[in-house]
Amino acid sequence: MKIEILGMGCANCNKLYQNALEAVKLSGKEVQVTKVEDIQKIMSYGVMSTPALVIDGVVKVAGKVPKVEEIKGWIE
Amino acid sequence: MFKYLADKLVYQLIGIKPETMLGEALDFFFYDTMKVFFLLVVIIFGVAIIRSFFPPERSRKLLGHRREYVGNFLAACLGIVTPFCSCSAVPMFIGFVESGLPLGVTFSFLISSPTVNEVALVMLWGLFGWKIAFIYTATGVILAFFGGIIIGKLKLEHLVEDYVYRIKMGESQAVVPTWKERLGYARDYTKDILRRVWLFVLIGIGLGAWIHGYVPMDFVLKYAGPGNPFAVIVAVLIGIPLYSNAAGTIPIIQALVEKGLPMGTALAFMMSIVAISTPEMIILRKVIKPKLIAIFVGIVTGAIIIIGYLFNAIL
Repeated sequence: MKIEILGMGCANCNKLYQNALEAVKLSGKEVQVTKVEDIQKIMSYGVMSTPALVIDGVVKVAGKVPKVEEIKGWIE
Repeated sequence: MFKYLADKLVYQLIGIKPETMLGEALDFFFYDTMKVFFLLVVIIFGVAIIRSFFPPERSRKLLGHRREYVGNFLAACLGIVTPFCSCSAVPMFIGFVESGLPLGVTFSFLISSPTVNEVALVMLWGLFGWKIAFIYTATGVILAFFGGIIIGKLKLEHLVEDYVYRIKMGESQAVVPTWKERLGYARDYTKDILRRVWLFVLIGIGLGAWIHGYVPMDFVLKYAGPGNPFAVIVAVLIGIPLYSNAAGTIPIIQALVEKGLPMGTALAFMMSIVAISTPEMIILRKVIKPKLIAIFVGIVTGAIIIIGYLFNAIL
């Protein structure tokens, strides 16, 4: 499984990245979390509002910061 | 109801006489604070619910390939309901341009989105009444409409960074939130906004109350009254760098209006605070060239100054 955090480095993007890391730790699964800051790549997901969270290529949320439990739910 | 509570609190519980300056200022402070925080919670929650129906991806679809005029008007209206944060400005701009939307229509959106913002609306409604709040909203839409049309007519497409035109946007299957998610989003959004503005609101209302109680009646009239022909221009130029403090400045403006500041000057001042923000301009620099930013700022500033004089003449 692979989680990507889309965002160009704003405060909310970092918060989402931290939440995602936390969720992965809690789930105890082997998940890779990466930041995507390249605008071309962000747009290729069809997202116009950042931050966004993508799991295995599927946009789960865009334009807000989901809570740790929410992300954990998606991982499981 | 809030008036009754404020009177009771100040004159009976604290025990200050109503005729005193301190009593009047305190009463004013508690009354406005209660009213504004009540409105902040109710209206921002409502706005957030509406916004959950208009994510930018949807606005992009609604605008489609619309041409000028209709497109400018629709973009100005969508700018109000689409959630906007400066960190999304770049992907939003690219998304609109990529969908083939004319540059002028995109700018109508970019002008109305920050100008007609819910915090400014609440403060205006709470402190000036719904009529002024409505006039402000309508003026904001008109400003965005004409601002976008002028930018469109100037044919400035070459001032957009070249790479923007090369980006291809992917398709995303829009996730439709449930009502539970919408309410949760609205609750978080309201909390977030309150956390960010409460201090400014208190400071603003505090200063407003002080002006209300202590500053002499003709003070403002002397400097920024109808007798000073440059007041609107000066007000707008002061307002531009004051970004993000609509919450703190509107109570002060209200107190100044009471002391003789003309309504047009006041409205122009408020608009200049929210419409042009330095952080947003810095972010937009990533997608448009400095010359276009300068033109954008120039047009919006000019339009706001005209609006100020217009309202001074008719209100």
